[in-house]
Amino acid sequence: MITIDANGMHYRDLNRLIREGIERGVKKFFLENVNGQYYIGDGIKGDDIIININGVPGNDLGVFMDGPTIAVSGNAQDNVGNTMNAGKILIKGDAGDVVGYGMRGGRIYILGNAGYRVGIHMKGYNEQLPVIIIGGKVGSFFAEYMAGGVIVLLGLNDADDTAGDYFAAGMHGGVIYLRKKIDFSKYSKEVELYEADDNDMAFLKKYLLEYADDFNISFENITGKPFYKIIPSSTRPYAHLYTSA
Amino acid sequence: MTKSSFSSIQSEYLALIDHTKCVRCKRCIQNCGWGTYSFGGDKILSDHAKCVACGRCYTYCPESAISIVKNPTVIRENGNWKENHIKSIWRQSETGGIVISGMGTTFKYKKYFDHILLDACQVTNPSIDPLREPMELKTYLGKKPSKIELDFNEEGEPILKTKMPPQIELQTPFVFGAMSYGSISLNAQKAMALAARALGIVMNTGEGGLHDDLVPFGKNIVVQVASGRFGVHRDYLNSGIAVEIKIGQGAKPGIGGHLPGEKIGLDISRTRMIPLGTDAISPAPHHDIYSIEDLRQLIFAIKEATNYEKPVSVKVAAVHNIAAIVSGIVRAGADIVYIDGYTGGTGAAPNIIKDHVGIPIELALAQVDERLREEGIRNEASLIAAGSVRSSADAVKAIALGADAVAIGTAALIVMGCHVCGKCNTGNCSWGITTQRPELVRRLDPEVYGERLYNLISAWSHEIQEVLGAMGVNSIESLRGSRERLRGIELTDAELKVLGIKHAGL
Repeated sequence: MITIDANGMHYRDLNRLIREGIERGVKKFFLENVNGQYYIGDGIKGDDIIININGVPGNDLGVFMDGPTIAVSGNAQDNVGNTMNAGKILIKGDAGDVVGYGMRGGRIYILGNAGYRVGIHMKGYNEQLPVIIIGGKVGSFFAEYMAGGVIVLLGLNDADDTAGDYFAAGMHGGVIYLRKKIDFSKYSKEVELYEADDNDMAFLKKYLLEYADDFNISFENITGKPFYKIIPSSTRPYAHLYTSA
Repeated sequence: MTKSSFSSIQSEYLALIDHTKCVRCKRCIQNCGWGTYSFGGDKILSDHAKCVACGRCYTYCPESAISIVKNPTVIRENGNWKENHIKSIWRQSETGGIVISGMGTTFKYKKYFDHILLDACQVTNPSIDPLREPMELKTYLGKKPSKIELDFNEEGEPILKTKMPPQIELQTPFVFGAMSYGSISLNAQKAMALAARALGIVMNTGEGGLHDDLVPFGKNIVVQVASGRFGVHRDYLNSGIAVEIKIGQGAKPGIGGHLPGEKIGLDISRTRMIPLGTDAISPAPHHDIYSIEDLRQLIFAIKEATNYEKPVSVKVAAVHNIAAIVSGIVRAGADIVYIDGYTGGTGAAPNIIKDHVGIPIELALAQVDERLREEGIRNEASLIAAGSVRSSADAVKAIALGADAVAIGTAALIVMGCHVCGKCNTGNCSWGITTQRPELVRRLDPEVYGERLYNLISAWSHEIQEVLGAMGVNSIESLRGSRERLRGIELTDAELKVLGIKHAGL
C-alpha cells in the first residue's frame, strides 16, 4: 500500500509512480489531492489492484484499463473508462461526457449524474459484459451506437427528465434498463421498450446489490418499483441502406 | 415499398465461352466467386449479369476458352448523361439504397503525378551508378529532435546524449496501407506480413484488431485505433511497432465505416472482440475527439499506455484545409502523419463520397510540407503519402514533394490477383482477397503472394535507386521535399504554385 500526494504533480509523473508501484508489487494506492491529472490508471493490468482517488481526476480515467479497481471520492471528468477492457470504476460524484466509450468489459458505477454520450459504442464480447450504472441522470446521445453490454439508468434524484434527446440512437446490441420511463418521443426508432420481467430483475440484482453496497445506499430504495428494459429492434440497423454499384 | 424484380440495368460484361475449346472441366464454375457459371448438362452456361470482369475465370481456364468482353449493347451515348449517372438512377430507383462500391474512385480526375517530371544530372554534376556505388533507401519514421547534444567518451569519440524519440526503421520507403481483417481476408494480411518482414517495412492492421497468427510479426506491424475501437486493448497497443489513430481515409473522408454482420464470422468476431453476426459500426468521428486538443489527449493516452516507446501516427484524408489540419496534428504530438489522397482505396464506401470528396495527395502533400517547414516543425513528425501510388515513379515524386515514405494498398492487392473490379463490398472476391468465404480465402496462398509482394517492392526499390542515381543523390532522405528536382508539364500557374514546382523548361 502506498500513498501518493498528487498535489501539483504532472500526470506523467503520477502515472509513472503508479506503474512503478505495480511493478514492485504494490496492490493498493491512495492518491491524495488529485486535481485534474489525466490518464490515471491508463492501460494498467491486474485484478487485485485498487486505486483510491481523493479529489477530481482528469480526463481519460481508466483508459485502456484491464482489471484494476479505481474509486473516486468526488467528481470525475470526461472519458471515464475509455476503451476499458476489464476492472471497475466507482465515482461517488458526477462524471463528465463520454463515459465508457467503446468499453468492452468491467463495470463503471456512478452515484451522481453523467454527461453526454454515456455508453457510446459499448460492446460485449464472449464472457466480457460491460456494465454501467448511473444513479442520477444523463445528457443526450445516451447509449449511441450501443453494441453490447448493460447500462442501468436509475434516476434516483427524482428529476423529471433522466435522459436527454437522441436516446439510444443507432443502438444495435446490448440492453438498457430504466428505473423511470422516459418520454417515448426521445427514443430512437431503432429500439423497443418493455417492462423488465423477473428474469431481468434477477439478472440485475447482483449488480444493483454491489452498487448499493459500494455507495452505502439502500438496495430496497433502488429496486422498490418496476424497471423498464430497452433493446434494439435489430442487430443490423443499416442492412438495407445500401445498394452495390 | 415493395420491390419489383424487373431491372433496367443491362449486364456490364459478357462472359463468352468458346465451346469448341471448352473441355467442360468446370474450373470456371469453381473459380468464379460471383456464380456466373453453371453446367447446363452438356455445356457451361454464363449468367452475364453476375460477371464483374475480375479475371479469375480466364486466368485459370486451362483451354483459354473464356473471353470477358464489354457488353456491346450500348446505353445511348451522351456527353452529359453518362452511363454511370443513368445506371445509378436505375439502381437507386429499384432499391432505394445509397450506391456503394469498393476500391478508389473510378472518375477520371487529373493525376498530378503524371504531370510531374524528374530531373537528372548532365555535365555540371555527376550522376551515380547505383549498381556499383552505395545508395541508401533506409528511412526512419518518427519525431526527430530539433537539435542534438553530444558527449565525448575517453577516446574522444562522440556519443549521442539526446534521447531519440521512438522510430520505425524502414529499409525502403514503403509501407503497406491499413487494410483490416474483415475488409480483406486473413490470408491477404498474412501475405503482407510475410513481405513486410522480409523487406524490413511495415504493414497496418486497419481497424480490425490483430489476429493471433499475426502477433509474431509485431515488429513489422502498425496497430490501428479507429472510432469503433475494435480489438483495441492494452496488449494490442503494445504488440506492434507503432500505433496509428485513424481519423479519416482518402476514399471516404468524414464518414465512418461498417462491416456488415454477414461478414462477422467466428474468427473476425474474436479478432475484433465483438459478437457474431452484428454490424461492426465505426462511427464517423472518434467520440472522444472533437478538436485538436482532444486528439492530443488520445495521442498521449496511447503514449502513456505504451510507456512512450511507440511512435503514434495519425491518419487523415486529404481535404481542403489539410495544411492547417496537419500542422495541428503535429502540434498535438503525432510522431507520424499519414495523409491519404482522394483516389485512395476502400473496402466499401458510398460513391458520392468516393467520387466527390477530398483532394489529390500531390497537392495536399506539397502544401503540408511547405506549411510545416514555414512553421519550423517539419522535424516534429514524418509524413506518409498515400492514395493510389501506382508505381515507383509516383513514390519518388511523392517523396520529392515532401513525403518520408509512401503507402501502398491497392497495388498490393493487385499483386494478389486483384483486377480492380471495385466489388470488394460484396464479399465475393474470386481471388480470396476481399472475402471471408472459406473456399475463396483458401486459394490465396500467403507465401506465394508474400514473395510476389517482396518482388514488387524490391523491384520498385531498385527503380528508385536508378532514379536517385540519375539525379546524383545517394540517399532517399536527401530527396525528401527537394522540389527543385521536379518540373511540371501541362499545368496551370495555380497548379504549379500549389505544388511549389516550376514548369518544365524553367
